[in-house]
Amino acid sequence: MAPIIEVKNLRTYFNTPKGTARAVDGVSFNIDAGETLALVGESGCGKSMTALSLIQLVPEPNGFIAEGEILLDGLDITRLPEYEKRRIRGNDIAMIFQEPMTSLNPVLTIGSQIIETIRLHQGLSQKAARAHAIEMLDRMKLPSPKTLIDEYPHRLSGGMRQRIMIAMALACKPKLLIADEPTTALDVTIQREILTLIKELKEELGTAVLLITHNLALVSGNADKVGVMYGGKIVESASAKDIFKNPLHPYTKSLLHSLPSITNRNEGLETIEGTVPEPTNFPKGCRFAKRCSSEMEGCSRLEPTLTAENKEDHLVSCHLFDPEFMSESRARPAGKMREPVMDFSRVDDSDAATRPLVLEVKGLKVHYPIKKGIFKKTVGHVRAVDGIDISIERGSTLALVGESGCGKTTTGKAIMQLIDATEGSVLLKGKELTTLNTEDMRPMRELMQIIFQDPYSSLNPRIKVGGIIEEGLKSLKPDLNDKERKDKVSEVLRMVGLSSDMSNRYPHEFSGGQRSRIGIARVLVVEPELIICDEATSALDVSVQAQILNLLRSVQIEFGLSYLFITHDLGIVEYMADKVAVMYEGKVIEYGRTEEVLGRPKEEYTKKLLQAVPTID
Amino acid sequence: MPVILATDIIVYLVFAFIGFIFWSACARDGYARQVWTHIRGNRLAIISALILAAYAGVALSDSIRWRDSVMLYNGKVAVSPENKTIYSSEALSILDRVFHKARANTEKTFSAPMADKLYVKETIELEDGTTIRDYAALKYPSTHLLGTDKVGGDVFFSAMKGVRTGVVIGTGTTLVVIPFAIIFGVMAGYFGGRIDDLIQYVYTTLASIPGILLIVSFMLIFGSHGYQGGLITDANLMLGVFVPSDRLFWLCLIMGITSWTDLCRIIRGETLKLRELEYVQAARAFAVPRVLIMVRHIVPNIMHLVLITMVLQFSGLVLAEAVLSYIGIGVGPEAGSWGNMINTARLELARDPVVWWSLLGAFAFMFALVLPANIFGDAVRDALDPKVNTKTKSGGD
Repeated sequence: MAPIIEVKNLRTYFNTPKGTARAVDGVSFNIDAGETLALVGESGCGKSMTALSLIQLVPEPNGFIAEGEILLDGLDITRLPEYEKRRIRGNDIAMIFQEPMTSLNPVLTIGSQIIETIRLHQGLSQKAARAHAIEMLDRMKLPSPKTLIDEYPHRLSGGMRQRIMIAMALACKPKLLIADEPTTALDVTIQREILTLIKELKEELGTAVLLITHNLALVSGNADKVGVMYGGKIVESASAKDIFKNPLHPYTKSLLHSLPSITNRNEGLETIEGTVPEPTNFPKGCRFAKRCSSEMEGCSRLEPTLTAENKEDHLVSCHLFDPEFMSESRARPAGKMREPVMDFSRVDDSDAATRPLVLEVKGLKVHYPIKKGIFKKTVGHVRAVDGIDISIERGSTLALVGESGCGKTTTGKAIMQLIDATEGSVLLKGKELTTLNTEDMRPMRELMQIIFQDPYSSLNPRIKVGGIIEEGLKSLKPDLNDKERKDKVSEVLRMVGLSSDMSNRYPHEFSGGQRSRIGIARVLVVEPELIICDEATSALDVSVQAQILNLLRSVQIEFGLSYLFITHDLGIVEYMADKVAVMYEGKVIEYGRTEEVLGRPKEEYTKKLLQAVPTID
Repeated sequence: MPVILATDIIVYLVFAFIGFIFWSACARDGYARQVWTHIRGNRLAIISALILAAYAGVALSDSIRWRDSVMLYNGKVAVSPENKTIYSSEALSILDRVFHKARANTEKTFSAPMADKLYVKETIELEDGTTIRDYAALKYPSTHLLGTDKVGGDVFFSAMKGVRTGVVIGTGTTLVVIPFAIIFGVMAGYFGGRIDDLIQYVYTTLASIPGILLIVSFMLIFGSHGYQGGLITDANLMLGVFVPSDRLFWLCLIMGITSWTDLCRIIRGETLKLRELEYVQAARAFAVPRVLIMVRHIVPNIMHLVLITMVLQFSGLVLAEAVLSYIGIGVGPEAGSWGNMINTARLELARDPVVWWSLLGAFAFMFALVLPANIFGDAVRDALDPKVNTKTKSGGD
């Protein structure tokens, strides 16, 4: 059977002020009918640009397809005139995007948006198109499609919107569906539903699917074939089974090992040193060589080719599997020191109960009044946090898990006293915080700090890194003189793995991972005892996340810090936490030791949550 | 005897500011130096800066003025019965004195640029006593670079006199707008609640009163007397060195008061967004005082909006002055202003043959001020933005 889509040596380049960026640099693959290919890789590896090239939507005028063919049923679509491409887009190739909240037009009804696509491509009458749209919504398992079709997007949840996007994409029975991070913005339980839906429909309609994701675990169970991308190229491609069972490329291996889980919780995570190379300036030879732990002398001189290994469909691009290369002298190891695996084994915490409590939260409630009318009469309350009891012992980590909207971030901010609690008490080292005024709160802020999710918006772009880190010192430790402050800043920068001369630069000069480190340095410099990490790693790539988690673990052990980890990622919970509190609709529904809660969950919701988490098996 | 007007202070302040910037840019290192290094790489911005500097120079030369003592025929200085020197009622600026010829050499009426004859036919008596209707020769042929206006005044000189008015209106109003807009906008956005309600109430009220009406009533109360430009009127003859009642000054003030609301609204919206950003939250977690959060974290991150809005508004302000002059409450007719020139051009364009050079003069001078202001404003904004500013330096990492 001929493949639906065949990509041959695709090269998509961008003209940038720094030179030509080779975003996609020689990618080849094909997808059969009813088959799913997953392209996996970290940000900047060129996976999204591959998708945009396929649907012929490379951002103009800077981007262009420099070379290669994209054969849709044997027809090269790169050479078609624009009006022919338009006929293919949405009809033969459809795409769903990451952010369901912004991919629907808020001023048009759902129906009119689906019907528009159908009428445009299928030439159906308004009535027939509407009937077809209702049928599609029904297939998406959306409730009461006949009334739903006349609703506006803002009345629907993210998961429902994503289903509507899929309905829209599949309405014209496309031959290829491109799903670019379709579930990244959604909760795990919804993620699972969406992926199952795509899988069912694909089998039913015989659509080929290209799934773009950064989440390796998501791939297993949802894809037939996997292509691992790095530096604009596919470095390894194999069936989904083989890639997890028998990964060959060092990059794939590192990616798999950098995932936090219960099995490696007593050691440091494997990290990939360095950063992803700039697409304007790829290194010579193997693009991964500089970061590879098994680099050989010849690696950075000669570029490896993608060749079959073991099986016909397991392709890998690495000199390790090139017998000719390995027989020569250039196969000598490049003499890299392998970093020893960090030992994070937990101290026997049988005495945990006797250790002093750093934080104790009792009956914490945060209610927002709903005000209506001219006189702003309170007509009701949004119970964002509705009675929470948790406690953290010195040196231990409590994870607060839950889906978006369950109130976990609000809890963190209320503990931090960034928003006022409606009721309940927050005791930090035995001292009640909720009744303190701003001035009395000041010394307590030294003890408790918060690390934020977004490494981009958490640093003021107009202040140099040194100034950012100094801010806390100036405010909380005003006795220090200039020199002492500068010394402390240099010291903490070294501690988080940055060099002290970086304090003279602006935040935008750093990568996401480095910015996270700056965020951590800013907090560590005031020497707190409790750190609240609000999704501190969820915006980062897995290899960078591994570095940050290692850093957090090592400073915890060194200084006896306590963490409150707010996250939705259960892998991180397994790896980091001693205790877990599962939140649902503003309440903690299950609370206990990590092994117990995750191993033997009692509540129905916890079980559902655990089941939904994609795992590598 | 020197005369200093209230608006001269604005011009002096602008110069003090330019001087300060220049001085700190010449200092070895520091922020201004870094910004300057960035701007220096942009040739268009440098040209714009030079043009702006020329305008500022003209404005300054037109803001330093003094009254000459009246000379008697016998060459002695005239004195009053109280034995005080009598000064002329005209306070002439450096500009007036430099372009003395253009100011004094007036013709009878319209003449085209660089023409040697009048633009209007008139009855001329020839030597033999017969009269013919023809274009009379000019008194000062081929000297009027942009021709002359209805009463024979040099258009180029009027346009030069308009520079000071334009610069003062633009910067003076901005000086009023920026503090109002930033302080109120940031406070409303950051504090929210009652303070926000109050500030919003004030600016919504202000914005809902028709601006022209407010300006008219204000000008009728404060700006109807006092220095109108050109002559020190009889009423002011006895005034001392400083003349506070300057119509242009009141105009700047009221235009500032009526036009801070737009910028304030933009700043409030941006502040609402910024205050939720994590770096502001982080600063709060460090117990940084609220004023310091606003100064360090909010204000620097809204300055690009302030700069863009003000540069765009600059041309609007110069034009607003034209509108106000039209209804008679702008700067006085004696003070040269592009607004006045455009007003008279309206009638001149309607006559046949068309007199186009007044309009051209005003347009060319305004254009040559507003365009470089825009270009230079953009360059400054880029230079102040660390993202753009440091990219070239750290290209490698």
